[in-house]
Amino acid sequence: MSPSTVTAPSGTRTGAAAPPPRRRRREAGPGGSRRAALLFLLPLLVYLVAFYVYPLLRNVDLSLRDYTIRAFITGTADFVGLDNYREILADRTFGQAVVNTAVFTGVSIVAQFALGLALAVFFRHSFPLSGVLRALFLVPWLLPLIVSASAWSWLLNSENGVVNAALAAVGLPTVNWLTSPGWALVSVTLANIWLGIPFNLVILYSGLQNISADLYEAASLDGATGRQQFWRITLPLLAPVSAITLLLGLVYTLKVVDIIWIMTTGGPGSSSTTLAIWSYREAFGTGQPDFSPAAAVGNLLILVALAGGLLYLWLQRRQARS
Amino acid sequence: MLFPVYWILNVSLTQTQDLRRTPPSLLPLAPTFEGYEAVLDQQLQALGVSLLVGLGTVVLTVVVAAPAGWALAKMRPRGAGALSFALLVAQMIPAVVMAMGFYSIYVRLGLLNEVWGLVVADSTIAVPFAVLLFTAFMSGIPDELLDAARVDGASTWRIFVAVVLPLSRNSVITVSLFAFLWAWSDFVFASTLNRQGDLVPITLSLFAYIGNNTTQWNAVMATAVVASVPAAVLLVLAQRYVAAGVTAGAVKD
Repeated sequence: MSPSTVTAPSGTRTGAAAPPPRRRRREAGPGGSRRAALLFLLPLLVYLVAFYVYPLLRNVDLSLRDYTIRAFITGTADFVGLDNYREILADRTFGQAVVNTAVFTGVSIVAQFALGLALAVFFRHSFPLSGVLRALFLVPWLLPLIVSASAWSWLLNSENGVVNAALAAVGLPTVNWLTSPGWALVSVTLANIWLGIPFNLVILYSGLQNISADLYEAASLDGATGRQQFWRITLPLLAPVSAITLLLGLVYTLKVVDIIWIMTTGGPGSSSTTLAIWSYREAFGTGQPDFSPAAAVGNLLILVALAGGLLYLWLQRRQARS
Repeated sequence: MLFPVYWILNVSLTQTQDLRRTPPSLLPLAPTFEGYEAVLDQQLQALGVSLLVGLGTVVLTVVVAAPAGWALAKMRPRGAGALSFALLVAQMIPAVVMAMGFYSIYVRLGLLNEVWGLVVADSTIAVPFAVLLFTAFMSGIPDELLDAARVDGASTWRIFVAVVLPLSRNSVITVSLFAFLWAWSDFVFASTLNRQGDLVPITLSLFAYIGNNTTQWNAVMATAVVASVPAAVLLVLAQRYVAAGVTAGAVKD
């Protein structure tokens, strides 16, 4: 086998901490023997079985039975097979939740990405205090979600909110942001976009750092405009990082509960109810918990997560190969 | 971008009678600390609970994840690929789903409304991320160093404690930072597993506060400011680790 056919190192171009090329050895790695490896992995394996696999199995079990609060205490609940799944698919909320989830996640991740990229490009050129400013832009992302969500509720409050005050000041009609069915989803999406920008900024900024400055220099010598440089150099070279950023955005946005629940509790009606919110509301949001359909909705979300995981893996493999 | 953050501060300092003014005043011209007094009166215990849960989550996460990260990085055990994939998927499982499973288990074991129950649940947010981050970081430790320690007669455990962990200090900081922040700001587990009883973390306490105090937004926002203090402090202290953590967890494998 010629050296060139040996698989390429899988490290991404992230610089400083890239792993060294691996030595091919038959026996265990430099860290220790196989048995030692197992011992070091043991806590994690026990943890995963006890705190991931078991709760998830319980959840699958929940979705196949007719559980109520009483059933939890007595420990007996009837096995109903796929009835819960049939029930949720036939529910009027299902269609709306799917559409809301699609709109909420789709609009959120595209807008977060576009704004995050714009800021990342902006910060590429360092200027006085750019580091401080960049750190300040991270603040929204580190605040507890409940804080940001309640701040947005107050900003968008229809009577005393500053957004409506601003609209009124420039002569525009005010909006019942959180309480009208047409605007509730818009409001929570706005808040979620705001929350997601820092994450996109950080990842895309570090992606930009790995594009060689020589390329831009050469391009500008050839007379390329800033716009051409963006479309011909930045965007194509950033594609692998972009793909993963968007995918992570998708996966994180699908499971959002806090923001929507705090701002609108999925209402009015179910006008801002997503699948995750629906599941949360059925299980914990009303006085009458109904765990079984909630678990069924949750399991649908897991299937989406699994698909996301496979897609991520596939993207990374492709990225490593190129 | 920063306006909502400024607005939280502004409202937290506004006097109660000025809260309903239209248009709202853009500057806290007559600042009041009555909101903050209310926080100190009513929210100290919740802040303590959150601190306890956050620290517990950090310890549990690091103890479980660091050895595993090292094993995955340097020992090449069988099934490492499958395990990494499982961790990836685990990161994507919605907290709502986990919460239902935990609830149904805790209700039997009597762990509802217990700080430890919440620590365990919150750690599930951080552990998969932590293992992947430790793996990425520890595979960068030079093999020569480990081989040298082995030649000197150090046991695997000793190498881990005396060589690997000190070298991985930065990744331990990063993981601890994220684990703490996630636990501190968790709402879904808090609202499902610790909703009753006295030991309520600050997120839940703030949520209840909003429900009961729609007129006292200055107190609500003051609580929000106080609840954000750990994030602000950590941001200042550990800025570079934040960025490093996100990129390592997300972009590297």
